[in-house]
Amino acid sequence: MDGFAKYLVRRFFQFFLVIFLGVSLAFLITNLSPVDPVEQSVSLMTSFGATDPRSVELMRSALEELYGLQGTMLDQYLSFWGRVLRGDFGPSLSAFPTPVMSLIMGALPWTIGLLTLALIITWSLGNLLGALAGYYRSNVLLKLSGAAVMALHPVPAYIIGLVLLLAFGFIWPVLPISGGAQMNLQPGFTFEYIRSLILHGTLPALTLVLVGIGSWFISMRSLVSNIVTDDHVVYAELGGVNSSKIFSQYVARNALLPQLTGLALSLGNVFGGAVITEFLFNYPGVGRLLIQGIYRGDYSLVLGVTTMSIISVAVAVFIIDLLYPLIDPRVRLG
Amino acid sequence: MFKILRDLLRYNIEFTIGFILTLAIFLFALAHFWAPMPDTAIYLLPPDMPPSAEYWFGTTSRGQDVLWQMSSAIWNTMLFGLSVTILSRLFAVAVGMISGYLGGKWDEFLMTINDTMIALPNIPILLLVYFVMRDQMSWPVLALTAALLGWNYDARLIRSVTLSLRNREFTRHAVFAGMSVPQILVRQHLPYVMPVIFFTAMNNLIWAIGLEVTLSVLGFSDINRPTIGGMIYWANQHQAIIAGIWWWIAFPIIAVVLLFLGLFLLAISVNEYIDPRSRLSRMGA
Amino acid sequence: MLAAVENKSASVEAKPVLRVEGLKAYYQMNYFGVRREVRAVDDVSLTIKRNEIYGIAGESSSGKSSLIKTIAGAITPPLRVVEGSVKFDFGGKELDVYAQRPAMKAARWKHLSYVMQGSMNVLNPVRKVKHAFHDFAFKHMGLSEGEFRARVESHLQRIGLDPRVLESYPHQLSGGMRQRLTIGLATVCEPEFIIADEPTTALDVLVQQDVLALIKGVQQRMGSSIIFVTHDMTVHAAIADRIGIVYAGRLVEEGPTLDVFQRPQHPYTAHLIASLPRIGDTRKRVALGGKPPNLADPPSGCRFHPRCPLAVDKCKSENPALLPRNSGRVACWRAGEVEAA
Repeated sequence: MDGFAKYLVRRFFQFFLVIFLGVSLAFLITNLSPVDPVEQSVSLMTSFGATDPRSVELMRSALEELYGLQGTMLDQYLSFWGRVLRGDFGPSLSAFPTPVMSLIMGALPWTIGLLTLALIITWSLGNLLGALAGYYRSNVLLKLSGAAVMALHPVPAYIIGLVLLLAFGFIWPVLPISGGAQMNLQPGFTFEYIRSLILHGTLPALTLVLVGIGSWFISMRSLVSNIVTDDHVVYAELGGVNSSKIFSQYVARNALLPQLTGLALSLGNVFGGAVITEFLFNYPGVGRLLIQGIYRGDYSLVLGVTTMSIISVAVAVFIIDLLYPLIDPRVRLG
Repeated sequence: MFKILRDLLRYNIEFTIGFILTLAIFLFALAHFWAPMPDTAIYLLPPDMPPSAEYWFGTTSRGQDVLWQMSSAIWNTMLFGLSVTILSRLFAVAVGMISGYLGGKWDEFLMTINDTMIALPNIPILLLVYFVMRDQMSWPVLALTAALLGWNYDARLIRSVTLSLRNREFTRHAVFAGMSVPQILVRQHLPYVMPVIFFTAMNNLIWAIGLEVTLSVLGFSDINRPTIGGMIYWANQHQAIIAGIWWWIAFPIIAVVLLFLGLFLLAISVNEYIDPRSRLSRMGA
Repeated sequence: MLAAVENKSASVEAKPVLRVEGLKAYYQMNYFGVRREVRAVDDVSLTIKRNEIYGIAGESSSGKSSLIKTIAGAITPPLRVVEGSVKFDFGGKELDVYAQRPAMKAARWKHLSYVMQGSMNVLNPVRKVKHAFHDFAFKHMGLSEGEFRARVESHLQRIGLDPRVLESYPHQLSGGMRQRLTIGLATVCEPEFIIADEPTTALDVLVQQDVLALIKGVQQRMGSSIIFVTHDMTVHAAIADRIGIVYAGRLVEEGPTLDVFQRPQHPYTAHLIASLPRIGDTRKRVALGGKPPNLADPPSGCRFHPRCPLAVDKCKSENPALLPRNSGRVACWRAGEVEAA
């Protein structure tokens, strides 16, 4: 088997393993916990008003069936897989009787849109700045911008988002701080609606960019400062190759390879940041859905969103893994 | 050790700033042991007092002194971060060194598991754990969960160092001399891996503190135990921003940003001290 | 009038193509309060004529690699030129490597090319080989794309490479092919001067012979000069016209290859030559006592004196200058006595 096929098989295997272990983990966490979701849901519902014992009993068995909590642990596990494969996580408790899956499907485009945009900006800007800073080490402007993005890098998303929210929502109120688009606008390809989308997305996206850019900057800069001492770069310099070409074709292009792998590895964390940011800016994505589900004690919603997040992140990682051979001939041609 | 510290303080400005910041915040957090009031008590003081000579950082809407709350909060947050770091170092070192030393099929197996863990999104899993644990969630459980999710990236780094040690002459000598695998790993390889452990520990600490802040801001931890995130959580609950109680939110944010900055400066300067290549480029600059 | 022209061309002919004068290059390090200065190249002067192959020999960490890198202008901090100059003469135009950097950059590959140590990795791993030729050579040749391609292909064929290698990535080629390719790359513009840093190290013996013949052939065809470094004395014997021996950062002896091999004047050279294996010679080789000196703290006087069998008191205190003697130059207080010993 040649290198490329081997690479593909490995990636496929890894992809299925992530989904298998992730989904099993979600099942285990919910089933090994000392808290019984059925009892919890029942007590949540009965706390709102009077209920007679018989209807509580009815509700209990209905919930057990709904959550797939009947039978042995293995039965439950298999039925959970069945539901995951069918994409059926039952109805949401807090938005009864809307199925969890349709809530997730409604929220997913928002998250994917926000994350993709923020990631593209973060990754390209962070890598560009980092590569320039690694190559032109004495440039003062690059040093300053580097110090700025590096100082932001350890601060958690919530704090950066909160500061932005205070700055642009209260101190200098120029941007909307809540929601995905203006409420009274009809969604569609109208100028008004798209403008509103962009305005509402600005602060959440900016938060994600500011949180993420530092680590790309740091790793790219150190990659580049190692690569400039590599033989092929030193040789090109001695060969009088012009420096913009050395920078783009000899240095940056080689440094981007590990950064693409890094992008795949970091997606899980980036998604976590998006969850928090969405909640903070009340952005209608899956992150907000997840946190609302937790506040409302919506068992099927929380389990559904967690499982779907694991699967979506695995799919995104897999797509990046498939793109990698396109830019690295050593993998493509074995 | 002291010589290294002295050298770093004298010749590395980033380290000096980071060291002073972290030390100052640590001393401030230490002060909570001498606090004039219990940190969990509420409505002891007049609420919503702006910063003044009596209450330096003001009081909260729950009648707490922001200054002393912060002191306890930073202590608790750092305690959480350190616990996560120490626990996750144990996992990372064990998996990384064993994988790197054994190599071959075992290495492939452990690293496949490792890469799988990396690809799992941490926050949703942590939130799920919180959701099913609810009231039984305490900070040690949270720390253990975070540690279980936070070791894999560093295990890869440690593995690559051990992998390079495996084929070195002294390892073969140790094998011929009849040392057992644990003996070789602990006595021969650990000293080489130490710098990596130390550097990743700094980054992990930053990550863990960020995680704690994030989760408790959302109220997903023991909300009655003062933490930095917890303070912001309560401030949000009382609409502090809208009510104009800015000091309740501003001071915790400033404190946590300074703490992050200090730890981050320590991390990068220590890394530079450890990594000979960045040392070289520094000399050339 | 005619005489003047003749005279001028004669002086160009006589003028060396490379002139190194009083060159000192030190590693200067200052980190965490530890100041270190390593004198890797210490007061070296040499000249190289047109159409000449000059070999630099010496043991590892003698500073020979630093010397050739300094000559090529290929040094990066902490290695810095402290004193002296490196000047090339390309067609009557003088070019100072360290004083005229932009002009130097423009001259690279057109007049001066470089074969690097470990040339296995000198090609960009993510681009096809043809791009390397284009990046390095196209701008100097003044040809159209098509003509350029044809020229490169015929050049590769002449050195025994299938032009199809241009369409491959470096990782698809064998080590020997890559080495050949880098020599092809270094010679495609037919430069007047080629600098080669350990061109044959890390190659197996058969490929080594091949590469040596290739270098020599290219040099003869183009009439260019070569300066190269290797610790392998057999390589020097095979291709060098003249040899310079480096010990502890200093040039200690220099002369025509044959003379140096047959009548070494410096005790260190004598030892290097004596330690070479010869067919039919069953005498036991004696290793030189002691270690190569630490360049951060070199011995006083002649740096070889702690290991020298002929050392006298004067050697410990005074550094001998490199002075003409017989057909070459030597730096030794007891130069005349080596042959006798």
